[in-house]
Amino acid sequence: MYESIESLGAAIIATIESLGAVVTFLAGAIFYIFAPPYKFGLAIRQIREIGADSMFLIVLIAASIGAVLGLQGVNTLTRFGAEGSLGSVVSLVLVRELGPVMAALMVTARAGSAMAAELGSMQATEQIDALTVMAINPVQYLVSPRIVAGVVSFPLLTSVFDVVGIMGGYVVGVGLMGVPSSSYFNGIGYNLVWHDISTGLWKALVFGLVVTWICCYKGYNAERMATGISRATTEAVVASSVLILLWDYFLTSILL
Amino acid sequence: MSPTGIDGSAPNAIEVRDLYKRFGRQQVLNGVNLDCPHGAITAIVGPSGCGKTVTLRHLNLLLHPDSGRIVIDGVDVSKMRGRALDPVREKFGMLFQSNALFDSMTVFENVAFPLIEKTRLSAAQIEKAVDETLAAVSLEGMKNKYPSEMSGGMQKRAALARALIRRPKILILDEPTTGLDPSRTGAIHELIRRTQQKFGLSAVLVSHDVPKVFEITDRLAFMHEGKMRLYGTVEQVTGAKDAVFEHFLAGKTGYDSEDALAKRA
Repeated sequence: MYESIESLGAAIIATIESLGAVVTFLAGAIFYIFAPPYKFGLAIRQIREIGADSMFLIVLIAASIGAVLGLQGVNTLTRFGAEGSLGSVVSLVLVRELGPVMAALMVTARAGSAMAAELGSMQATEQIDALTVMAINPVQYLVSPRIVAGVVSFPLLTSVFDVVGIMGGYVVGVGLMGVPSSSYFNGIGYNLVWHDISTGLWKALVFGLVVTWICCYKGYNAERMATGISRATTEAVVASSVLILLWDYFLTSILL
Repeated sequence: MSPTGIDGSAPNAIEVRDLYKRFGRQQVLNGVNLDCPHGAITAIVGPSGCGKTVTLRHLNLLLHPDSGRIVIDGVDVSKMRGRALDPVREKFGMLFQSNALFDSMTVFENVAFPLIEKTRLSAAQIEKAVDETLAAVSLEGMKNKYPSEMSGGMQKRAALARALIRRPKILILDEPTTGLDPSRTGAIHELIRRTQQKFGLSAVLVSHDVPKVFEITDRLAFMHEGKMRLYGTVEQVTGAKDAVFEHFLAGKTGYDSEDALAKRA
């Protein structure tokens, strides 16, 4: 009895400690964004790696999702004689929901996993210790630029995703299925308002923070062995993906 | 043999007194005392798990003691934390067991890295300093290679060059010959001795390369069960007729505690 209470208490303390460590990690990373020496060059390099280098993937996924939305949209809306609403449906679904969520999930799979693996490998090969010993703050050098890059890149990638997705829907809906071009764009013009766009961009910004935070944390705290790196990478991708979906629901409910 | 007062007068580059460290329920350091004299090489040897690496990670300020005192070049660092430690960190260079070279950078970029990040030297000054330091470790002509394109011995030299680039007073080396074959081990030992003399460094190293490391070390500390069991010159330590040390030296497995040895006797 006594032992089970003790182990329960230990588990609760360990959980609170690990949650505290995750939050403290983010607080430190954000603090060092604003503390000199500023790492603009590193942030730019990370924006290239997280943002620009993810562009091809984002365009590919956005075009196919837009095309599927166009196809499904025409088939479904025709049943109600409302195929003229295709532009509104595709744009609203993409801009409010699918754009930020799908872009975040794709970037997590591509750049988030790489981030966790890279930092995990740096931890395992003492490169993070080497930075500390050289009096260079490793959180400021490695984590803060990635957080900045995530917060900048995710909304931009989401914007690209939205535009390409809408064009994908246009190609299939208008080009292949015969929906009038004017009704497609008029639907977007009348029904897509700034609030819809800002909702999507706010979500993308939060996802950018969450993904870089979790992936950096997992990589930075990886166990110093090969299995430690693979475990950190897997946990980073799974935790980021789950948190994207949870935060999506939460943000949708408050921004709706 | 007392771990203090080797030659009586000269102040030490590093002094450790009554250092204790515990991880969870495991007491790793049990009152470590150590003096690393200026301008000398001090080697810490001992069986696996005796606390050598944990001691070293206190000396390079990656760990903080539970209790005890660490004085580095006259500065008591025991209670210091965060950026207050930066000026102390700039006094030493560190050679890691795994070299810790940044694999995305060339040798030149790796060696220049501390200068680029921590000084305001011009590009020409940095290039000159890197060239000089690479020459000191016999790595001329390799500066555009990536670490993955070099042998283990060359990586070790590049890592040593990075540790030396800011001309530190103290050099800390963690298992500098791990993973090297015997001929390269000798070459790295010779290089450590040569650079230590050239730059007038105080060096402290952890090594399992016994007895080869005895050839280059001025002071030898034998660590056992979280304490410095023996300390002195190589002659003093090897001549101490200590059963545990002799057992360790003979390379027997188990590295028995005193109790176990007493029982066996």
